[in-house]
Amino acid sequence: MTDTGFLGRLSWDSFPIAGLIQTPNANEIVANAAAAVVIVGVIAVVGLLTWFRLWGPLWRDWLTSADHKKIGIMYIVFAIVMLARGVLEGVVMRAQQAAGPGDGFLEAEHFAELFSTHGTIMVFFVAVPFVFGLANFLIPLMIGARDVAFPVMNQISLGLTVSAGMMLMVSLVVGNFSTGGWTAYPPYTGAAFNPGVGPDYWIWAIVVSGIGTTLTGINFAVTIYKLRAPGMKFMRLPMYCWTIISSSILIIFAMPPLGVAALMLAADRYLDFHFFTNDLGGNMMNYANLFWLFGHPEVYLLVLPAYGIYSEVFATFSAKRLYGYNSLVIATMCIAVLSFTVWLHHFFTMGQSALINAVFGIATMLIAIPTGVKVYDWMATLYRGRIRFSVPMLYGLAFLMLFVIGGLSGVVLANPTVDYQVHNTLFLVAHFHNVLLPGVLFGLLAGYNYWFPKAFGFRLNEYWGRITVLLWTVGFMLTFLPLYFVGLMGMPRRSFSWEDPSFHPYMIIAVVGALVILMALLSVVVQLWVSIRDRDKTRVPVGDPWDARTLEWSIPAPPPPYNFAIIPQVMDRDNFAAAKERGDAYPTPDAYEDITMPRNTAIGFMLCVLSGVWMFALVWWIWWLAALMTGLMLLSFILWTFRLNIEEVIPAEEVRKQHEAWLDLVHSSTAVDRDHETASENRGLARPDLEAVT
Amino acid sequence: MAFPRPLPMSRAMSLAVIVVAATAQMAGASDSFMDPQGPIAAVQKVHLLRATVLILIAVVPVLVLVPLIALRYRRRKGSAATYRPKWDFSPPLEFAMWGVPVVIVALLSFYLWKATHRLDPYAARFGETPALNVQVVGLDWKWLFIYPDLGIASVGELGIPVKQQVAMTLTTDTVMQSFMIPALAGQIYAMPGMTTQLHLVADTPETMQGENTQYNGRGFTKQKFKTLAMQSEDFSAWVEAVRTNGIPLDPQTYRTLAMRTDRDEVQAALGTSQMPDDALYFTLVEGDLFQSILHRYHGGQPLPVDQQPGTVEYGQEGTQ
Amino acid sequence: MKRAPTHSYPGLNLGRRHASADKASEVVTFGFWVFLMSDLVYFGLMFAIYITMIDAQAGGPGPHELFDLTSIFAQTMILLTSSLTVGLAMLALKYNLPRWRIVFWFCVTLVLGLCFLVLEIRDFMSMAEKGGIPQRSGFLSAFYGLVPLHGLHVAAGCLWLVVLGIQLRMFGLTDLLMSRVVRLALFWHFLDLIWIGIITIVYFGGLAYG
Repeated sequence: MTDTGFLGRLSWDSFPIAGLIQTPNANEIVANAAAAVVIVGVIAVVGLLTWFRLWGPLWRDWLTSADHKKIGIMYIVFAIVMLARGVLEGVVMRAQQAAGPGDGFLEAEHFAELFSTHGTIMVFFVAVPFVFGLANFLIPLMIGARDVAFPVMNQISLGLTVSAGMMLMVSLVVGNFSTGGWTAYPPYTGAAFNPGVGPDYWIWAIVVSGIGTTLTGINFAVTIYKLRAPGMKFMRLPMYCWTIISSSILIIFAMPPLGVAALMLAADRYLDFHFFTNDLGGNMMNYANLFWLFGHPEVYLLVLPAYGIYSEVFATFSAKRLYGYNSLVIATMCIAVLSFTVWLHHFFTMGQSALINAVFGIATMLIAIPTGVKVYDWMATLYRGRIRFSVPMLYGLAFLMLFVIGGLSGVVLANPTVDYQVHNTLFLVAHFHNVLLPGVLFGLLAGYNYWFPKAFGFRLNEYWGRITVLLWTVGFMLTFLPLYFVGLMGMPRRSFSWEDPSFHPYMIIAVVGALVILMALLSVVVQLWVSIRDRDKTRVPVGDPWDARTLEWSIPAPPPPYNFAIIPQVMDRDNFAAAKERGDAYPTPDAYEDITMPRNTAIGFMLCVLSGVWMFALVWWIWWLAALMTGLMLLSFILWTFRLNIEEVIPAEEVRKQHEAWLDLVHSSTAVDRDHETASENRGLARPDLEAVT
Repeated sequence: MAFPRPLPMSRAMSLAVIVVAATAQMAGASDSFMDPQGPIAAVQKVHLLRATVLILIAVVPVLVLVPLIALRYRRRKGSAATYRPKWDFSPPLEFAMWGVPVVIVALLSFYLWKATHRLDPYAARFGETPALNVQVVGLDWKWLFIYPDLGIASVGELGIPVKQQVAMTLTTDTVMQSFMIPALAGQIYAMPGMTTQLHLVADTPETMQGENTQYNGRGFTKQKFKTLAMQSEDFSAWVEAVRTNGIPLDPQTYRTLAMRTDRDEVQAALGTSQMPDDALYFTLVEGDLFQSILHRYHGGQPLPVDQQPGTVEYGQEGTQ
Repeated sequence: MKRAPTHSYPGLNLGRRHASADKASEVVTFGFWVFLMSDLVYFGLMFAIYITMIDAQAGGPGPHELFDLTSIFAQTMILLTSSLTVGLAMLALKYNLPRWRIVFWFCVTLVLGLCFLVLEIRDFMSMAEKGGIPQRSGFLSAFYGLVPLHGLHVAAGCLWLVVLGIQLRMFGLTDLLMSRVVRLALFWHFLDLIWIGIITIVYFGGLAYG
């Protein structure tokens, strides 16, 4: 904290182009290309918005909206943009390692930035926002509510998550990111060893997105506890809602340790505190404990919602009730609780006693029990069903087959005896990719394909969807299964170079796999493009394209802003399926009433921008700007609380008109059976398909 | 002999054993616990294989049944397969679903408990005693091995006698690192101002690679060393060679050694023609170097950045 | 006769005579409890860190040199009294007493909160004079990571009192503002609770084991 000028420690040398001019080599070219992509991307977005005159609609309909559905969609768009960057970084890293033996084309520090941003992005800015996006969109629809409990707080959460993610983009263009990995262990990330801006970018991105995440967790928990439609008892909740409750609980209790750890690291770096320093009584073991006290529940808060998605998908596309609902609920809660008891397995090798290691090892293996039960419950759901191999189902099947391999390596890793050997090696990298790709990412993509028609009113292209599944699956297997072997052979993770020739074939296979994953990513884009192009042939305005079972399918696609014209009375776990069976899936209401909805507000967007500038100022030691932004954030929030008129009323008459128009559409549409599910006749009205096809 | 006919399950299991063993062999390069050179790594390997096989009991049915179920119950014209859309619970099935994993995990836990205690790196008393004491200091980016009882130290080469227990005490004089010789035993973290312990023993004369597995900067991947396991007479000769050819590890030399340099750079700075190309030999001077390194962090005084090995500033303020 | 439950949200409540505000408070009050729970985890972790670092004094001044129990006693009394006064504001709201009574008790609470902060800052300054600055040792870092964090919460509470007091003057007792009073009262009691933890663990614990 030495004296700094008007722009803090920001200078010409902070921009990567300075490095390219001084030393033009492959490393600098890659760095500058990345910066150029960010800049060109921003210019392209701004240009397109201006060209199509979309600034007004963007502001009115999206950025200031407090509608949970729109916020959910914005979360997912953000997640997919970040996914693209994360995947590209993964490919560059695989290419670097495949360029061995020897030093490859990247410098060590640049490679370190790549694995740090890759991990940080994939966990905090892909998986988390994707999970939140789907949950935001779905939770009120599934429980029969008109919005989440705190719509404005929801908007603020999104704003904070996006501004934190933007810091990672900014770090490509100005300065550089941390080289300390996504875990950022001190003392390596302390001021003595890493005086640059990198760890500061990490710290503030984590702190700000962490606040956003915590608020979201509170929001979801309260929504599910308090806003369920009449009759929606806990044991009638869709499985997905159960997984979101558990995730929210995990967030509420597990995000604070991360915030504490990151802020303490900040205190060390900015104010010369001694929480984790080498000297004056600092102790980095506290950091490891705090980080993993968060980090382990974190992986479950990501994977549980994916389990929820699979539960819905398996039931719908097997045309069957979910097997073992009670069991799945119990297993979910067991996993949530146990996830707080195992954090120490991330550092078995830190020198604690065999007794402690054994206890935590066994606690870790206990998680395999409820997880195993879930896998078998899903298989029993498929059993004696009528399975349709739609895109979400294909993701689900790939998940079942591949996830158990990740589970296997997970239980192996729970053994301290083995962990001593494979900790910090590529075996570990293979393991967590094996659970995060087939587990989380496939689940999210399945959910994306499954609920897309609900959100936008038309189905995604099946053909390209299937190609995407194939590419992800093959790409995953080629990239990560070889890493198990290299890990067993003792190759440390985060190695930018290696010498042992026996690694070579595996590295080559892995880079081929990475290219396949890149193609998978491209085919996601192609699928979206083709689907938008053909949207007139795949519209499903009635809203139930898959003959599905839960409440969200009983309303139009896309749903009206108020979701439900009349709040439904819930009578069954698969309420919509039961209603279809009874033949009163689309009842005509007796009367309509005025609906109160949250008004648009700009507070979330304001806080997004202000917090972004605030983080930038802190990273670059521009103190006056940081102080100014702190003041402005406080002020704008306080002024916002003076606005008491935060709701608007949609008159009953308007609701009636819209709802009756839709009911007319329902009654005039032809119901289709499952043979024509993917044909253009499918307008979203399902013909009962209860008797088997004979 | 009348072997009972193997059940299909156990046939699957024996197949699994073969697959696991084969992959283990495939992965078995010389510098891995898949090709163990000491009893500890050997037990670790056995434990890995045993755990894998046990877990496969739960995994194989999934791999087999998922495709079978998907095929049999796929929606198709004239499907003869049963369809039970309302079926959502079966007590016996549920009992098996919870019961089998519980039994497997119980079994795994039993082995885990035993192995974790037996292989505790602080107390794994394999090999002959008295143990050879080695103090290990992690630096950026090399490992320093101090033999306090022999009056020598080395970098890039860790000489040990076969069959004899090696008792290591580890610390670092920079950021956290993780010390591992995969063919002999697992890793243990080394942290500044603190010590950890590791016991290991080698069975046969062999050269094995050791490494740091915790990323610590640009020289990370070069932070490797050779572990030379030798018959005791060869070990004595090696000690003698180190003592004869080593340079005194005085504060000045240690300062050069502890700077932010990788193996090649420090070899260029300190290597002499008497030493191998990829190793440095030292003789110990008065004073307990290991204790003084630990003491650096317990002086009760702030440690200026230029007094902290591993920083850019360390050793830069003029080299007298 | 079975008594109908009057409130479905826990803790302080508005009661039946505020029918619509009472109903509207239910969700937000529950949400605020959840938030406090999360905040409590923050403090819990800082307590844990303090306990692990109590010996990490690195030759610097320790609890016996630094802590002034007289001042701590005064701060405790002030904070406890402020909990009483914020409770009186809450009662004034609940029983429909004139609006100025709420604002009055808010003002008293604010004065007490500010007195607490002044005493606390004076403590920090006298600690700093004796060399007790966070840069000196891990123990002091943990102390300054925890106690000022509570102080910051008190300061935020004071700001909230001011803002809400102004809003009450401007807009009167709307449903939304009533529910904000409930939440502010909860928050203020929460501050007290944390402070009890601080005197027990940081001050008494520090003196006993440090």
